[in-house]
Amino acid sequence: MNFTTEIKPKNKWYDIDFKAIWQYRDLMFLFVRRDFVSVYKQTVLGPIWFFIQPLLTTATFTLIFSVVAKISTNEIPAPLFYIIGLTFWGYFSTCLTSTSSTFVTNAGVFGKVYFPRLIMPISIVISSLIKLSIQFLLLLMVWLYYYLTTDILHPNITILLMPFYILLFAGLGLGFGIILSSLTTKYRDFTFLIGFGVQLLMYATPIIYPLSLLDDQSYIIKSVVKYNPISGIIEAIRYGLTGSGVFDLGLLAYSFVFVIILLFLGIITFTKVEKSFIDTV
Amino acid sequence: MSNKSLIVENVSKQYRLGQVGTGTMTHDFKRWLYKIRGKEDPYSKIGETNDRSKKGVSDYVWALKDINFDVKQGEVLGIIGKNGAGKSTLLKILSRVTSPTTGHIKINGRMASLLEVGTGFHPELTGRENVFLNGAIMGMSKSEIKSKFDEIVDFSGVERYIDTPVKRYSSGMHVRLGFAVAAHLEPEILVIDEVLAVGDAEFQKKCLGKMKAVSGEGRTVLFVSHNMGAIKALCDRGLLLENGTLTFDGNIDECVNRYLSINQSGENTGRVELPKKGFGSGEARINIVEMIDYEGQVSETVLYKEPIKVRIHIDSEISVPTASIDIKISDNNGTLLFHALNQYQNIPFSLNNGKNVVEIEIENNLLPGRFMITPGIHNASTSLTLDMHENAIAFEVIKAAKIASESYPWEWILAPSKINIIKLK
Repeated sequence: MNFTTEIKPKNKWYDIDFKAIWQYRDLMFLFVRRDFVSVYKQTVLGPIWFFIQPLLTTATFTLIFSVVAKISTNEIPAPLFYIIGLTFWGYFSTCLTSTSSTFVTNAGVFGKVYFPRLIMPISIVISSLIKLSIQFLLLLMVWLYYYLTTDILHPNITILLMPFYILLFAGLGLGFGIILSSLTTKYRDFTFLIGFGVQLLMYATPIIYPLSLLDDQSYIIKSVVKYNPISGIIEAIRYGLTGSGVFDLGLLAYSFVFVIILLFLGIITFTKVEKSFIDTV
Repeated sequence: MSNKSLIVENVSKQYRLGQVGTGTMTHDFKRWLYKIRGKEDPYSKIGETNDRSKKGVSDYVWALKDINFDVKQGEVLGIIGKNGAGKSTLLKILSRVTSPTTGHIKINGRMASLLEVGTGFHPELTGRENVFLNGAIMGMSKSEIKSKFDEIVDFSGVERYIDTPVKRYSSGMHVRLGFAVAAHLEPEILVIDEVLAVGDAEFQKKCLGKMKAVSGEGRTVLFVSHNMGAIKALCDRGLLLENGTLTFDGNIDECVNRYLSINQSGENTGRVELPKKGFGSGEARINIVEMIDYEGQVSETVLYKEPIKVRIHIDSEISVPTASIDIKISDNNGTLLFHALNQYQNIPFSLNNGKNVVEIEIENNLLPGRFMITPGIHNASTSLTLDMHENAIAFEVIKAAKIASESYPWEWILAPSKINIIKLK
């Protein structure tokens, strides 16, 4: 006789039900909608908050790192330099922090009903994408202002790789997030680690400084930043938009391979943990 | 229709007691060491049956142990057992919320589980948005929900509030909307856990009716409840779980009776001591309740037609010159059958300061079966309840006579004590 579902104590590591995820796609989009809509319910300014936040951060960064600390921005106007870095870093860090708490925050729902658990982190990545696109609009406005008023920006054809860059960010955020969420389930120690870990990682990424600033630094510092898979992507985006930055195909390929391996490991640990996490959460 | 829609084979579930801490990590590490050496999990062999009231030696406990059963398509199965017997664990495993430690389950068809109504309701979203969200969580597609939306709203009876955020709903409305969505799922197998315990009487009736209709459409239903009346009304077959093991599988009436007997025998029959105060002020306390048979002995049973005698020991801190004493008798399902109060028949009753022992004799018109007694004492002048114990003692009316050879003519009606018939025409 044929059975549609079989429940076993443990699945094989490659036993990942992608078909079920596809079947539940409606749920995924409803979660995306919920995350997006519920954020600005009962606020007056609504989605405008998505603009205000990066605007103020960019202003603060410009003031502190450029005006006060005088860190070079490689000829790019400081506000544009920071807003590029912050928009994409913001996307990566929201993806990571929100997906990393998947099991803990959704224990209530997960404890009552089954649906492919991966739906949750994927929906977070997608709803953050909406936020990213709103903030990207702001970035474009700033860019357009400098493009029209000065002649220091030299956008080029590599900017067409933008969707690929965004996919890489999504993959990095999701990959790190689901691995961490699997670990946080049993040992909450990781929640503390994620809190300051993300902040530390930002300083190891060329967000507030250009990669070229490290040329005369020691080898260790240089390689830490260089082998950080986010660095190459951020620099490539800057290069595409302004003509100043590092476009290194080797670094991008490295990031790409990194994302593939990360996602692979992430999905395996996630599906292993999701089966009975409710007993230890 | 002998197609099986569910097969459960050797399912066990082990839980670790206590908190997650450094000890857990040592165990995890040990497990991993055994695993890489290709040995069996060192903790899977230990563990005890799950008796929550007794202190155990091991940190591991089997919430379920070797459960085997299968369910035919269209069958309505009731699962009963005491708190902690493993019912919810079984449902959790069936609904894939958690996985079994050992064993297999095979499922044929789409399964929906209702362990809670309104799962995933987001308080900030409106009723309408939540219907879609909740439906999708339960496994419906958007178009499916859309086509049933009007029906769902109609069934829930909260049409007026459908565009209001759910956080403004009363808890009853919350449940109604949640159940309405669940009731319109169309799975081949439906798993339900005690969701009827909420909502008002009218809505409960509606839910039961809906569930009956669902099972009438040839769908398989697994139903867990403590409401024996609902279980009996809905199910044809029952499973009885005791401390994580399956002890009975068969006819629902027999199953319910077994459950009630394990629940009561030795626990609250014959003579029951009540160490704590029940409902009431506690100025006077019912300490002991005893069932007395026709020979004056403490007994668990009452013969058919033989008076029901209850002896109550009361400790009073005050003297109450006009007190009242009452006995409520209810059936197995907890339905109240009658209420005997001394004042109904103008029998005076008073409580002395100190010990009091009262014997109450009630005419027995009960048919054979199991019944429960709720004794209570009150201050008649202030109408204040001094002490009352809900279903403190159980007894059985048995189909037997005082002398074995003698037998009573059975009257298969529950006879009221007195009937008056007036001919009007």
